[in-house]
Amino acid sequence: MSEMLQVRGVSMKFGALLANKDVSFDVEEGAIVGLIGPNGAGKTTLFNCVAGFYKPSAGSIRFRGEEIAGLPSYKVARKGLARTFQVVRPLKEMSVFENILVGAYLGHPDNKHARKVAEECLEICFLQEWRDWPAGDMTIGNKKRLEVARALATSPRMILLDEAVAGLTSTEVREMVEVIKRLKANGLTVLMVEHIMEAIMPIADKIVVLASGEKIAEGAPKDIVRDPKVITAYLGKKYAETMDKGAGA
Amino acid sequence: MDYKKLLSKFGWPLLLVALAALPLAGLVGPGFSSHVLITVLLTAAMAQAWNLIGGYGGQVSFGHSVFFGIGAYGAAFAVCVGKTSPWPGMIVGAVLAAVTAVIVSYPCFKLKGHYFAIATFAVVEIFNRVFMIWDWVGGAVGLDYTILEDGWRNFTWSVDKRGYYLGALVLFALVFTITRVIERSRFGYYLRAVREGQETAESLGVNSTGVKLTAMALSAFLAALCGAFFAQYNFRVDPPMVMSLDMSMKFVLVAILGGIGTFWGPLLGALVLIPLQEYSRAYLAKLGSGVDLIIFGLIIILMMVYQPGGILGILTGSRKRQARLRARLAAEGGAK
Repeated sequence: MSEMLQVRGVSMKFGALLANKDVSFDVEEGAIVGLIGPNGAGKTTLFNCVAGFYKPSAGSIRFRGEEIAGLPSYKVARKGLARTFQVVRPLKEMSVFENILVGAYLGHPDNKHARKVAEECLEICFLQEWRDWPAGDMTIGNKKRLEVARALATSPRMILLDEAVAGLTSTEVREMVEVIKRLKANGLTVLMVEHIMEAIMPIADKIVVLASGEKIAEGAPKDIVRDPKVITAYLGKKYAETMDKGAGA
Repeated sequence: MDYKKLLSKFGWPLLLVALAALPLAGLVGPGFSSHVLITVLLTAAMAQAWNLIGGYGGQVSFGHSVFFGIGAYGAAFAVCVGKTSPWPGMIVGAVLAAVTAVIVSYPCFKLKGHYFAIATFAVVEIFNRVFMIWDWVGGAVGLDYTILEDGWRNFTWSVDKRGYYLGALVLFALVFTITRVIERSRFGYYLRAVREGQETAESLGVNSTGVKLTAMALSAFLAALCGAFFAQYNFRVDPPMVMSLDMSMKFVLVAILGGIGTFWGPLLGALVLIPLQEYSRAYLAKLGSGVDLIIFGLIIILMMVYQPGGILGILTGSRKRQARLRARLAAEGGAK
């Protein structure tokens, strides 16, 4: 597997605050990589650096071999790296379909193709019945899937999901996990920031753990849950025990 | 096909045909009602030009009188100083207005929401002062037309208003048709996406600054053409007449009154406001100047409080909203 995304020595400073310190990791093509860590670990900051919303203070971010650190976000999107927002941002006065259509126009400037792509994305994200609904009037679960559908419509090579599952009911979590599996099945590479271990552990190929802005571990989910550093910093002993039991049963 | 689809497909061309037929039916002539009709068309075109960036693009500009004024001065300069036909002045004025819009808007677009609006206020003041002291374009006195031969070459008619009516109709048709095409195009969707959330739009590959500047340039170009018509219609131009906050307000308020960010809103706003303004000015003048503005202000206040969607919102919005709520309740009931 070749690397889709290479993050090398990325640091991000806000004044005196060091939000990320010398973080390096790779995302392999076609993989689902999870970025986890306690609150304030710098996950979203790192995420925003990759998506072009922040210019990192130091380090390099290469997407498909090209340097993208410091590029404005619309250029990052045009290179095939799409993102969703942690706090959902529907284009409120537009319908669900129109929201997705805006994304679809990126790869398909002509109306006919863009509409076809948008319809497909509606379906992949279980949003058909909400097609003509004003995007601002939906439940949070639907809005979260709209975030994914809109990003997906840009025909990306890789998609960045910022806490796509946070705040959802258990039914909605299952729907979202299904959507993420579909993304992978469609050949997309996924980097996801997530808090809900039950959602990320079963589907991730690799987990990167951040704490206080630094990477403290990287590896397969089953190894990560046993890593003492990760348990101390984030998961807690109880979680490791349940995972052990789950694996043993 | 239901009537709504038919209306959305054929409503606009049918309206144009009907308006074009008015002079043939002898309904347009030298009278006051023709003046009102021309002013409605001109004002609707102005408000729609503003609506492109202010409504669809969500960038509330109070600077449009500057572009309007540049267009007016373009035509007047060609006639009064250049001693030629106003046509080249109109085109040059419109292009200059678009260029000015890009130069002025680029720094202003770094500001968002109210701050952008406030910055555009300042722009009007600056241009007003510059034109006041600029002798080459007549300074505070402005430019007065000499008597010209009637006809399309000079774009002036002294008594019969049919020429002006057709001119206003062409302008109106141009601005509204451009808006309709944009509304249904990729650029239109991008423009609305930028209004609804700039960062979201950028995350979808939209160059928001580029989109806003393009819309602003187009909006200014069209506003300048309206200004040129205004100068030709009034036979004169001076800074307070065209480059003032009063004039800027007209762009904004007509659109707000009718329904901001909608295709029909500017026309509805002009249809309600202009007859009101012109007739109250004609018949209530003995009560003192500005009665029309008092009535106008009152309507705007009531509108903002009770129906921010404008007249179009009264006609469609509330019903749509109710239907939506009903559908939502039904869906939630079904889910349980």
